[in-house]
Amino acid sequence: MSPIIYMKQVKKRYQTGAVAFEALKGINLIVNPGEFIAVVGPSGSGKSTLMNIMGCLDVPSSGIYKLEDELVNKMTHNQLADIRNQKIGFVFQAFNLLPYATAFENVEVPLLFAKVNGKKRRARVIELLARVGLADKAGNRPTEMSGGEMQRVAIARALANEPDIILADEPTGNLDSKSGSGIVSLFDELHSAGKTIVIITHDMNIAQHAQRLVRLKDGLMDTGTEDPQLATAS
Amino acid sequence: MLPFITFKQFLNDLRRQKLRSALTMFGIFWGSCAIVLLFAFGQGLTEAQLTSQKGMGDNIAIFWPGVTSQEFKGLSKGRRIRLTEEDCELLKKSSVTVSRISPEYRRHSIPLKYGKNNTLRNIIGVWPEFGIMRNLIPEFGSRFINQRDMAERRRVIFIGNILKTDLFGAEEAVGQTVLLNGTPFTVIGVMKEKVQNSSYGGRDSRTVFMPASTFRSMWGHRYINNFVIQARPEYSMLQARREVYETLGAKYRFDPEDREALGVWDTSRGFEFLKNFFAAFQAFLVGIGVSTLITGGIGVSNIMNVVLEERTKEIGIKMALGARKSYILTQFILETLLITGVGGFLGFLFAWAVVSVIPLLPFPDLEQMIGTPRVSLLSGIMITALLGVIGFFAGIFPARRAANLQPVRALKLF
Repeated sequence: MSPIIYMKQVKKRYQTGAVAFEALKGINLIVNPGEFIAVVGPSGSGKSTLMNIMGCLDVPSSGIYKLEDELVNKMTHNQLADIRNQKIGFVFQAFNLLPYATAFENVEVPLLFAKVNGKKRRARVIELLARVGLADKAGNRPTEMSGGEMQRVAIARALANEPDIILADEPTGNLDSKSGSGIVSLFDELHSAGKTIVIITHDMNIAQHAQRLVRLKDGLMDTGTEDPQLATAS
Repeated sequence: MLPFITFKQFLNDLRRQKLRSALTMFGIFWGSCAIVLLFAFGQGLTEAQLTSQKGMGDNIAIFWPGVTSQEFKGLSKGRRIRLTEEDCELLKKSSVTVSRISPEYRRHSIPLKYGKNNTLRNIIGVWPEFGIMRNLIPEFGSRFINQRDMAERRRVIFIGNILKTDLFGAEEAVGQTVLLNGTPFTVIGVMKEKVQNSSYGGRDSRTVFMPASTFRSMWGHRYINNFVIQARPEYSMLQARREVYETLGAKYRFDPEDREALGVWDTSRGFEFLKNFFAAFQAFLVGIGVSTLITGGIGVSNIMNVVLEERTKEIGIKMALGARKSYILTQFILETLLITGVGGFLGFLFAWAVVSVIPLLPFPDLEQMIGTPRVSLLSGIMITALLGVIGFFAGIFPARRAANLQPVRALKLF
């Protein structure tokens, strides 16, 4: 079985004026289809940078990143946009819903980008909102919903185009514990349904739901969580 | 494309930045309103001026006898040239460039009497062609002097509309007999009211016109005061004028280049001048409107830059969800076009309302002065094209900036 995510010696360097900062110093990581992985580590360890690169929101400065056997490094702006639309579903800590749009419209956006036709699109949105338990909130704007509800809308949106991978960056960070555990249950369900899930979290209670832990520290993976084959190769 | 969400986002931006959006739109509103109004009033004013210029006659030239200023074939300068009706006959027969000609005999302050009403008026003796050349259009049920009046030296007169009111009031004038210098004359026609802003020897609306033959027999004039010509359409007035100087120069032996031997007033030149003047005037007005609009466009571009700053995160969200570059680009340009379009449309509507109200105002002289402003199709097309161009250029720079954002930076994840 070929890995869904393949990273070898992935580095990310940011240049701010004369000051250079290396956020990732050589990540070696393989994620297989259907895996549930939690990326943990202290603040500034490079977790979010790793997720941005995994999610094609950013590109590595060096190293190899393959998503479903396709090399991401050299992809164009539009190719990356299509991958984000079709293959990856994002769930952010701050929900990142469009503030002026209803729950229905927010979930609809990725389907519109995928040019799914009207009737099919509406049916899909209704189905997704029902799946996250928000069938009755379709007409609500983000300001009319609780944090837990907003995150459910974000999950429904992440699932819109049936992506293979769900990337979640501190998905419960802005939620109370009750709402948080509801969201985690949703991830468990998705994992059971065969989705590959990568969660970035501080919270070890959530990390325990994952099959595998990846620990980051100062832009490097803790030995032990690193893929031994890739580590040796480096 | 996400037309509905884009539109919602647009409304949301407008709501969020009410004052700034309103001021920006006002710039566009004012610019397009100014262009349409300036164009409409400019057009109306031009038409009014040209019409009143035409009131005296369309493309005519008036010649007066003068004094030679150059020696010619042994003849000294300073000779007085005097013109007769035969000269007009000669030009009528021999000229290829002149289509119509009429002499004018004049007498001033001749007593005219109808019933108890007395007045002193200028009397002009002319040929039938004079009426057409000088736009003396008879009112319904009346006519101008004809060939039979001329041949039979009939004692008939054609009068100006104001003179008609002065003498007859509301009473019918045609067919009535008036005493002109004590001699009975029948009124055969009354001039239809016209706008006339220039004249030589008085306004047509207050003048009495009679057949040249009758005039001559009454007062025994040998010489005419002046004559009027109209050029054939295929010739220019300049060519016709040259032919008149050559023909009469040969007859009276003066240099055809001697402009003092015959005085001339070529109204076509005035007409051309006026046309050019108003074209320049209109271009100037439109220039002001266009620059206002461009200033408005810069305002729109500024607001779009601010919108971009405020909406960077939303752009990032859309990029994370799979928005391609072209979508972000289209969205920004579309929004700019919407701002300019709405502002421009409202400006056009307001200008149209102003123009529609003008004829309803209770100032009858206003229309004569400024003409009838009209919102023309041309100004509509021009505004649409201009707004399109301005909207596009105002939008393209912020749009390109937005489309080139890195998703991770737009989302402010770094």
